[in-house]
Amino acid sequence: MAVITFREALRQAIDEEMERDGDVIILGEEVAQYNGAYKVTQGLLEKYGEKRVIDTPISEEGFTGIGIGAAMAGLRPVVEWMTFNFSLQALDQVYNNAAKMRYMSGGQFSVPVVFRGPNGPAEFLAAQHSQALQSIYCHCPGLLVMAPSTPADAKGMLKTAIRNNNPVVFLESELMYGLRGEVPEKEYLIPFGSADIKRYGTDVTIITFSKPVKMALDAATELSKNGIEAEVIDLRSLRPLDEQTIYNSVKKTNRCVVVDEAWPYASVGSHVAFLVSSICFDYMDAPIQLVCGEDVPMPYNHELELAAQPSAAKIVEAVRGIVSN
Amino acid sequence: MQDTENKTLQIRLLKRMLLIRRFEEAAARMYGLRKIGGFCHLYIGQEAAAVGVIETLDMKKDYVLTAYRDHGTAIACGMECGPLMAELYGKESGCSRGKGGSMHFFDRKRHFFGGNGIVGAHIPLAAGVGMAVRHRKSGGCAVCFFGDGAIHQGSFHETLNMAKIWNLPVLYICENNRYGMGTDYRRVSSVTDFKAAGASYGIESFSANGMDVLEVCGITAGIIKKMRSENTPAFLELKTYRYKGHSMSDPARYRSREELDHFRDQDPIVMLRASMEKDGYINEEQFKKIDAEVKKVVDDSLAFAEESAQPSPGSLYEDILA
Repeated sequence: MAVITFREALRQAIDEEMERDGDVIILGEEVAQYNGAYKVTQGLLEKYGEKRVIDTPISEEGFTGIGIGAAMAGLRPVVEWMTFNFSLQALDQVYNNAAKMRYMSGGQFSVPVVFRGPNGPAEFLAAQHSQALQSIYCHCPGLLVMAPSTPADAKGMLKTAIRNNNPVVFLESELMYGLRGEVPEKEYLIPFGSADIKRYGTDVTIITFSKPVKMALDAATELSKNGIEAEVIDLRSLRPLDEQTIYNSVKKTNRCVVVDEAWPYASVGSHVAFLVSSICFDYMDAPIQLVCGEDVPMPYNHELELAAQPSAAKIVEAVRGIVSN
Repeated sequence: MQDTENKTLQIRLLKRMLLIRRFEEAAARMYGLRKIGGFCHLYIGQEAAAVGVIETLDMKKDYVLTAYRDHGTAIACGMECGPLMAELYGKESGCSRGKGGSMHFFDRKRHFFGGNGIVGAHIPLAAGVGMAVRHRKSGGCAVCFFGDGAIHQGSFHETLNMAKIWNLPVLYICENNRYGMGTDYRRVSSVTDFKAAGASYGIESFSANGMDVLEVCGITAGIIKKMRSENTPAFLELKTYRYKGHSMSDPARYRSREELDHFRDQDPIVMLRASMEKDGYINEEQFKKIDAEVKKVVDDSLAFAEESAQPSPGSLYEDILA
């Protein structure tokens, strides 16, 4: 298998889907001539031309709505947000138009649009540019949400997202674009609602997604030195959730730590913890733990910003708190 | 020949405006009887705008979007009154299965794309429809109605800029009915000549008397013809007036009796009827006959809505995802 970066995997997915379907277009700030703020769209303008690879002005609400309108009329737009921090400018379009159009029209419309870009904490960017906003998007019925953690997952999931007939919010991470990994040569798709067990274990289930998957695996390696074998579940699809994979694992390990970079209040992490406590109550040997972003805006200072985020060390500590060995 | 064509056209326009008027009057009555709930924004007074514009379109390839005052626009697009009234009643047979209500009429097949409840939120959608139309080279255009209240939303300004830089085939129509809810547009507009807003983005912009359906038809036909041949967006302000409050819950005490009477003298239906009588296209008896036909259509729509079933409880979970 070829080893490529996360950004190359995303680019291959977009390129292959644009090649396959002439109705797929991509629009956003700097996606065409500049080749993408994070170089995900490099080379696509040259290959597909300016009618399908479209540079927009800095008008998130406007171009997001244009993507949605184009989807209502039959195109399959990929809307790139330079980062999810700026997606808040477009939140009305996503919540009130993309997510609701099918329902309020009694099923007449489908809205096949993908909103993608980097989400979550980066480095040295302070409060407005370093936020994990998945809770907002997972909250709203009518949206599908995906968050890959490896180049191989990124490619198979983005292809699925582009082919799906619903609005999909696709969460990447600024700090993951350079991450390398093996990617199959042949075409493959990773469906919605399929979590992936990234490491098998018997003593505790660590449930997470996106960038913290690597932290969880590092934590599992550390814990293993002391004889604690953690199972690491990568949710991949946040809406819909693969609940069965979660429950099967927790019923086996009887302990659960959920890791989410977002703030704890009304988050994916808190929701997963609620589901586990509700469905697996009789199997639990210890309270469920949530390792999450601290409930503060992100500071600029590097030591402080690291302290505000989940880490392998915090996960190890949370596991040790509920597993006696 | 010209005369016969004019007569046929004007009878069609009159009939359609009357149908909207009678539909809205019935909706108001049924709202009073609590058959209809929630927000209900009536189009009475503004009929010439939707009817005049949509008359000039080819709905096989063109698209129409509007805001929440959408009953008249939906009827002008050819939607049948039964499913519309049933939607107001929240019935399963409603055009949106009882899930949209007054603000969310849709007919995808007839190219009527809503029915949008957030002020200005459909303005970018129309540009997206224009982008899709151009991508498919179908030769159509998108027509987007919105009110004077929406012109100050960021979505309007962001979108008109993009519509021009990409030359999307979209006609933006501001139905200036003088009030954004209860606020006189002059109190909240630094520039009250809205043509300037369109022109500031390099978009050719026009203004017309939105109470005169023939003037609306004439100016829109010219704009659409030009848009089709030159592949450009355009902007049109239609100066109009709503007789009723912003919605059924608004008694509209912010305007004077004199002002209301002044606009009632320019009622689009009264004006067209007078002009047709003058040209010998219609007499009182013929008008009454048309009115009776239209009332029958509305009465039938009420019966249809009354008799239709409530949505099944299970439909709560339907139509969320494709």
